[in-house]
Order: sequence, then structure tokens, then C-alpha cells
Amino acid sequence: MKLKTLLLATTTAALAFGANVATVNAADELPPCEGCAMEMTIVSWGGAYSASQNNAYHLPYQALTGIKVINDESSNEAVAKLRAQAEAKNITWDLVDAEGPDATRLCDEGLAEEIDFDTALAAAPDGTPASKDFGESLISACFIPQIVFSTTFGYRTDIAEWNGKTPDSLCAVFDLEGFPGKRALEKRPKKNLEWALLCDGVTKDELYNVMSTPEGIDRALAKLDTIKAQTVWWSAGAETPQLLADKEVVIGSTYNGRLFSVIEEQKQPVAMLWDWQVFDFDGWVVPANLPEDRKNRVMHYLKFATDTQRLADQAKYISYGPARASSQPLVGKHETLGIDMAPHMPTNPANQKNFLVNNIEWWANNQDDVEAKFAAWLAK
Amino acid sequence: MAAISEVRSASAAEVMTTADGMPLKRSLQRALRREKMRSLMLIAPLLAFILLTFILPIADMLFRSVENGIVQETIPRTVVALQDWDPASDQIPGEQVFEALHADLVEAVKAKVHTKLGVRLNYEKPGMSGLFRTTGRAIPRMGEGPYQEKFVEAAKDWGDPETWRTIRRYAPQYTPGYFLAAVDSEWTHNGIEFRPESERIYLFLFARTAWMSLLITASCLLLGYPIAYLLANLPMRTSNLLMILVLLPFWTSLLVRTSAWKVLLQQQGVINDLLVWVGLIDNAGRLVMINNVTGTIIAMTHILLPFMILPLYSVMKTISPSYVRAAKSLGANDWTAFWRVYFPNTVPGIGAGAILVFILAIGYYITPELVGGTSGVFISNRIAYHISSSLNWGLAAALGVILLGVVMVLFYVYDKVVGLDNVKLG
Amino acid sequence: MSALPPYASAGQRAWFYGFRVICGLIFFFLIFPILVIIPLSFNAENFFTFTPKMLALDPEGYSLKHYRDFFTNPDWQQALWNSVTIAPVATLVATAIGTLAAIGLSQSHVPFRSAIMAILISPMIVPLIISAAGMYFFYSRIGLQGTYWGVVLAHAALGTPFVIITVTATLVGFDRSLTRASASLGADPVRTFFKVQMPLIMPGVISGALFAFITSFDEVVVVLFVGSASQKTLPWQMFTGLREQISPTILAVASIMVALSILLLATLEILRRRSEKLRGLTPG
Repeated sequence: MKLKTLLLATTTAALAFGANVATVNAADELPPCEGCAMEMTIVSWGGAYSASQNNAYHLPYQALTGIKVINDESSNEAVAKLRAQAEAKNITWDLVDAEGPDATRLCDEGLAEEIDFDTALAAAPDGTPASKDFGESLISACFIPQIVFSTTFGYRTDIAEWNGKTPDSLCAVFDLEGFPGKRALEKRPKKNLEWALLCDGVTKDELYNVMSTPEGIDRALAKLDTIKAQTVWWSAGAETPQLLADKEVVIGSTYNGRLFSVIEEQKQPVAMLWDWQVFDFDGWVVPANLPEDRKNRVMHYLKFATDTQRLADQAKYISYGPARASSQPLVGKHETLGIDMAPHMPTNPANQKNFLVNNIEWWANNQDDVEAKFAAWLAK
Repeated sequence: MAAISEVRSASAAEVMTTADGMPLKRSLQRALRREKMRSLMLIAPLLAFILLTFILPIADMLFRSVENGIVQETIPRTVVALQDWDPASDQIPGEQVFEALHADLVEAVKAKVHTKLGVRLNYEKPGMSGLFRTTGRAIPRMGEGPYQEKFVEAAKDWGDPETWRTIRRYAPQYTPGYFLAAVDSEWTHNGIEFRPESERIYLFLFARTAWMSLLITASCLLLGYPIAYLLANLPMRTSNLLMILVLLPFWTSLLVRTSAWKVLLQQQGVINDLLVWVGLIDNAGRLVMINNVTGTIIAMTHILLPFMILPLYSVMKTISPSYVRAAKSLGANDWTAFWRVYFPNTVPGIGAGAILVFILAIGYYITPELVGGTSGVFISNRIAYHISSSLNWGLAAALGVILLGVVMVLFYVYDKVVGLDNVKLG
Repeated sequence: MSALPPYASAGQRAWFYGFRVICGLIFFFLIFPILVIIPLSFNAENFFTFTPKMLALDPEGYSLKHYRDFFTNPDWQQALWNSVTIAPVATLVATAIGTLAAIGLSQSHVPFRSAIMAILISPMIVPLIISAAGMYFFYSRIGLQGTYWGVVLAHAALGTPFVIITVTATLVGFDRSLTRASASLGADPVRTFFKVQMPLIMPGVISGALFAFITSFDEVVVVLFVGSASQKTLPWQMFTGLREQISPTILAVASIMVALSILLLATLEILRRRSEKLRGLTPG
């Protein structure tokens, strides 16, 4: 399991932190870009996440090359828009940040460029080729991973009705007696079904076998039915932190980096629940059939932005783990808060008593059916 | 003969001519034609513009609701080979079809289009997406035929006649499949039937959209009627002043008003705070007024209210006060005078306002999306979902056609009741 | 609803005042949500409700920070810039061809008048999501999706019905003998148009243009589909802001937009009075 190596490396970083690890500056070796466009449109998720990419990748790259970067925050519609662009034979995007499953789908449909990892990407400082350094996070031939993140729960710490109890297990989400109040869940079946079944007594090993039967899906929905009336459904990652901060919900799922920001940066009375968080990879996808000059520019950028140092730099701004093993020891402190980032990483061993890894294969095969069923359930 | 020619010349002499000797009738006709041409010339740029930028895109989208070329394009040989197979039989097709499928899929996998076809067929039969994906991976190692066994081994669904029936059924260039899906039906070997209860959603959503639009129309009428009445019967100076209170919301951005309602209706929002402060509810019992039907109804009533008040007002303005006075002098009390005399005169205004509000309401997207949660969303939200998330563009188009059809009918009624020339703004 | 007659019964009296109270409440419902965001936009905290300090009228509870954010944040500035570059051009296109068509439509003999009218008004009637979806697919196909001109053309199409309606309305009261008089005095049609017709229909044209402007300036559904990030307008930014993170900056923007609506409304009111005066419909 790649996550194991990632998390071991993070621990080392936690121990080694303080001794400021020597930074390898790839910038000195950045070759000039020949026959390259001077402008690129980068599509990402917006909010704190885009800000971290801007600080760690775009700004340094712009300083070195003087190109213009246009930011588009349409990653949640990346597949739809890339498909429309391909149909029109008018690709307006140069580089797209996408989650692993979306990248797989784009790759399957021929909408994304396949990457030769070892030639396109920089090797680790010790010479380890990129394909080995990224290891198992290379889940698709079109996908250049940046981070490993997890979807987990955050809860308010000041709810009087809870009588001083704090949720210590995922199943608190389904416990309306012990933890009354509104919940926030994503408006999609993925993860919700897994969580519902885990709290309905299904074991981790049995999970996807159960979900492969229609009865299993009904069982998960029946479990979700018990909290449906108390649930606010979100579609953007920033909603749950806002709902928690506004006290509109008392517990809700979102990406761990968003929770980090609401807890540590905005100092809201919110805490993180590390139980059965779901791991995912997020990374870059290059649209297929870009014009030569734009493709040159993107590849030039990628070599820079996915090197060991750059990936480690991103962790200064947001609590997501870098996808390269060689970046792990370089993870240090938060840029402005000055706190140690390692304990906030989803890959930190203390945060890993129970976890799931997004089952891309299962969801790729079943997503359409399950989503239709889930949507019908949701509308009733 | 002579007589006839005489008559002719006589009638020619009677024809009136213009100064330059042209028959007046023809001259008038020519003038009329010129006028027609001129008016058409003036209209032409806009007409062309609207046709190109608006009507054509909509027609193009509607076409997607029946278009189904993907099957023939992706697996042309299989489609041809399948024509000899009897879909009523319980046997899967023979080796010849599998050979064709193999040849098609080798090309499709190379062009990476087989998963797209899987996704398309998955709309009709669950599991097709996975079937094509799995098979796509097996194709490169499949080697030489015979293929029937190898395919079934790669994915057992190839051994299920229903898989083949689905492919055969959806092979034609055009399909009713999306429209069937839009009314919660499917086309199986038993003919057309409703989908299983747990998967039905669209008829329910259409009904909810219509029902909520009706509720919104009714509450607009309830709130709009007294205001229009007051404005129409106050002295000009005062009514002009009060009219500003109606027009300001009308001119204020939709998003501004929606954000205002979000701020007001939240559990930690202004209204709940006020109620807690007054002591009507306690802190734990804060009302849930947003992300549900209530939120959508309140916000949309507010947004559409001016569209009810303005037509009502313009009708009430034309009702002479002497009617009511006459009724009263004939012995009617206030209520009878209003109900039997004034109210019937306002019915055209009610019709105009109600149809307008209803038309606008059933197509709403932004406000339900922001304050509707899951129980307060409309069919439009579902259309948007299919365009940008699920990517089932055919279904989105079919739902759009149905919605558009309803709106067109109402538009026609509106034209008959009010007349397009009488649409007034502000 | 003239003043209460002196002989009114108690019931009539109660109804008279009761009715006014009801109307007052409805007016309150109409106007309160718009006004309430103005004080909230000066909130010194990142909250959406009145803080105790604000209620105590403590100056510390108020601040301009959300306005400062609006004027310094590049995202909002980009959105503002896009809005002010898209809306006027869309308005110009819509007003120019819309006015021409309105003049054409108000001639006495127009073949297929009602069919043409139905087509021209349709952008106002067709649900926005359908227009947006259609334009999204079609404009993608012809390479207009995600471009400045794509958004401008789409917005112009949405704005034209308003121009048609307002301009035809002013032309209804237009005395045709004026153009004939002008022609008989030797003016050519173009000169007649600019010297006689134009000044008279000007109020209609301007109010149509204002409608077209506000349509484009407020529009979010179509721009979400037809535009891309480089055409992100103010409403787009507000929409994503509302759906994702409700920052109080939205309230500052909203307040500015309310001020803009008041300005537009005042302009329209002045125009309306002027037009009525010109056409002699109402005295003074």
C-alpha cells in the first residue's frame, strides 16, 4: 500500500522537522521553454486549494518565465466541459486539476493526454525516476498526482445538547439521539453509501461485495433514511466549513484541508473526526490534442510544478499530503501560522485507525446506476 | 367582336390612374409591397440575429433528445450482423456477431470510444458501462477467434440475451429512449413500461415543479392583489411614490434578493434571531426555513411578486370608479360591489399576471438551487445536473423539450388572453 | 381608495385601516429583504446577522472591510471588469437592432406579424436553463463557447425582447402624420428618422436599453454555461460565492448593486415623465 510509505515518510518528517531540510531548487536547472505559448489556462477547484497551488506552483513559475496564468475554477465540471470542448474541437483549457476517478474517466474516453512519467516529470533529488517516486499514486496513464487527501467529518465543539460528549466514531453521524443536530453530507452517493453500511454493521472487507447487490444499495439508503430529514446536502467542498462556522450544521463531511482551514486558520470551535476517512488522489490532467505551443508550455510547467520541492511547498499552505515519496521529508511548517503540518496530514499514523481508499474501479463500473438511484432517493 | 373590344376600352378608360399614368390600384399595391418590404428589411437583422443566436441553438439541443448515432458509429459491423438475430429468442447471437463485435471493439478501444458507448447504453440497461469497460481491457489479449466463448469469459453479461436485445433496440440513428426516461419509463422486452418505483423521479419532479409554481403564483396573487388595488385607487402622487417600493425589487438583481433571503432565513439568520430575541421560540427551536420548500416558496414569491402587481395594476387603472359607485347606489354593500362588479373586471389582469408568474416560475433555476436544498428544487435543476454533472445530455434535452412544450402552451394561452402587443414593462 | 367618508360605519372604518395595515406589511415584505443587507454589509465581523455591537450602534461593530475586500480582491475586480465590459456592448447590440425591428413591426402592414413577434419575444419566455443549455452546446460547436463575444451575443439575444416591447409601446402613441409632414417638406427617410422619429421614441429606446443592460448585468444562468472563467461576471462570482463560501463581501457587492438599481429606477422614472409630457398624456 502506497499510503503506508507516504505515511511513514510523513512521520519521519514530523521527527526530523526543525532541522530545516535543505531545499533543492529545481529553478536553477529550469531549461528555457522553446516554442511555448506565453499564456496558459489552469483549471482547479478554487478557494484555499487554488490559493495553495498559486503560492507553491504558479507564482514561482511565473516569476521564472513571465507567462500569464488564467485561473478557472471549474474542476467540478471538468469532465462535462472537456467533453464539450472536444466535441467542438476547440480546447480552451491547458491544464486541469482533477480527482483520480475523473482523470480515469477522461483517460478512458480519450479526452486526456497520456503521459510518459519518466521523461515528462523531474526525477527525485536522489535520482529516483518519477514513476518510482510517485509509485502507486499513478492510478492512470493520464494522471499526474499532486496530493493525497481525505474526506472526513468535522464537528462543532460547543453543542450544549451533546452534554459534553464528543463524537469519536463515524457512527456518531447516524446517532441522532446522542448527537442531535443537522448534518452535512455530499449530494452524491460515493462515500455516503460506504459510511452508511459501515455503521450498519458491514465490515470493511465485505463492503464492496454488499454494495454490488441492489439490496446492499437499498440497505445503505435505508440507513441514510434515518438521518435524511436532518441532513443538508452539499455540492462544493467549501460549504461544510461555512455551515459549521455558521452553526447551521453540527457535524459534516468535507475534505480534510478545508477543515484544517476552518479550525486552524479561522479559529472556529470545530474539531476533526479521524475515523473511516476516505483517501483520494488529486492531480493534473492534460487535455488531449492541444496545439503544439500550448502543449509545450504545459509540459514545461508540469516538470517544474510536480518536482519534489514544489509538491512539498504546497503542504505549507494546505494540509494535504504530497503524492511523491521524496517530498514527504520536506513537509515542514505552515507558511503563516508556523504550526507543524505533519499531524494534520491525512496520512499521519495517529489519524489512521480506520480508513478507506476510494475504490475507483468499483465506482467507475457502478457510478451511473448508483447515482441515478441515489438521485431518485434524494428527491423524495 | 367589336362589342367586346368596346367594352374593354370602356373599362380601361374607367381605371383611375396616378399622375404618371399608372393605374392607381397597381400603384397602391406597389406602395403596399414596398412598405411591407421596408418593414421586413427593418425587422430582418434582428430576426436573423435571434434565429442564429437563440432559436438555432435551442433547435440543435432539442435534436439531441432523439439523436443516437453513437451505436452505429462505434460498432457498425455488429449492428449489421445483429439484424439477422431474433431478439425474441432466448439464445445469444452466433459466432458471426461476436466476430463483428471483436472487429468493432478493436477499433473502438484504439480510438478510446468504447467506454462512451458503454455509458450511453448504461442509460438503458444498468451494468452496460462496466461491461464495455471490462471488455475493453480484455480485447488486446483476446487473440484469435472463435470469440463467443472468450467474450462471455471476459464478461458474463455477453451471455445474457437481454444485453443483445438492448444493443439491437438502441442501434437505430434515432431513439425515443431519452423521452421514455424523461417520463420514468423504459423499453424492455415486455414493451414500454414504468421504471421500478425506487428509480422514478422525473414525473414526480415535473409534478412538484408545477405544484410549487402554482403555490408561488397563488401567493403572488394573494399578496399582489391588495397592493395593485391600493396603487390603482390612491391619488396619483401617493401611488407613484408607493410604486417605487414595487419597482425597486423588480430592478434589483436576482442574486441580491436571493442572498438577502439566505441571510434572513438561515437558522442563525435575522428572522430566527429576531424570534428568539422576542421570545417566540427558544434557541434550540430555531425554525428551518431554508434549504427546503419553504425557502424556495418565500424567496420566489418575493422575486416574482412585481410581475403579478404590474399587470394587475395596469388593468385596475382602467376600471372606472363609477362602476362601483353605480353598484352601491343600486343598493349593493361594499363586499357585493367589490365581488360582483369590481372583481370580474380585474380577471384579465389576474389571468395575465398569473400566467406570467407561472411561466417564469416553472423555468426557475438559480433561486431553487441556492435556497431549495433537495426538497425545494425544480426540474430545471435536474436539467442542469444532467448537463454538467451526469453528462446525460440526451436526457437533459428530452426534459428540456417537455418543459419547453409546457411553456409554449402557456405562452400561446398568454398571447390569446393578453396579446403579445400588450405586454408592458415597468 | 379615496379618504374615508365621514359617515363610514365602524366596520368600514376597521376595514379601511385594516386594509392599509395589510398593504403596509406586504410593502414591508417587498422592501425589507433588500434594505436589510445594507446595514449588514457594514458588519465588522464575518457574520451574516446583526452582532450585539451592531445593535448597540457601537461604531466598532461597523466597518468598511467588506467593501475594501471587494475593491482589492482580484477575483471581484476581474468580475466587475467583465461585467462592465460585457453588459454595455450587449446593450448596444440589442438596442440597435431591437429599435430597428420595433420600428419595422409598428408599420401598418407587416406580413406574418404575430409569428415574427412570437419569435422575437421568445428569449424572454423560454426558461433560461433551456436557452443556456442550447447555447452551451451550439456555441461550443462553433467555437463561441468561453469567449467574450459568445457571452455578448447571448446576452444581446436575451435583451432584445425588452427593447422591442418598450419601443413598440412608445410607437403606439406615435403620430404618423409627423413623418408624412417631414417627407412632404422634403426630408429623406434617414433625415426624417433622426430628426422626427428618433427624438420622440427616445424615451422608449432608453428604457429598453436599460432593461437590456440590467438583463445582461444581472444574468447568471447563461453566462455560467456560455462563459468560462475569463468571462466571469459579478453575478457569476456572487452565485459561486453564495453556493460555496458565503463571504460577507457578497453583501457589500449586493449593496452596491442596490444603489445601482435605485439609480436606474430614477432614470426610468424621469424618462417616463418626460415621455408622457412629450406625448401630452398627463399634464405636468
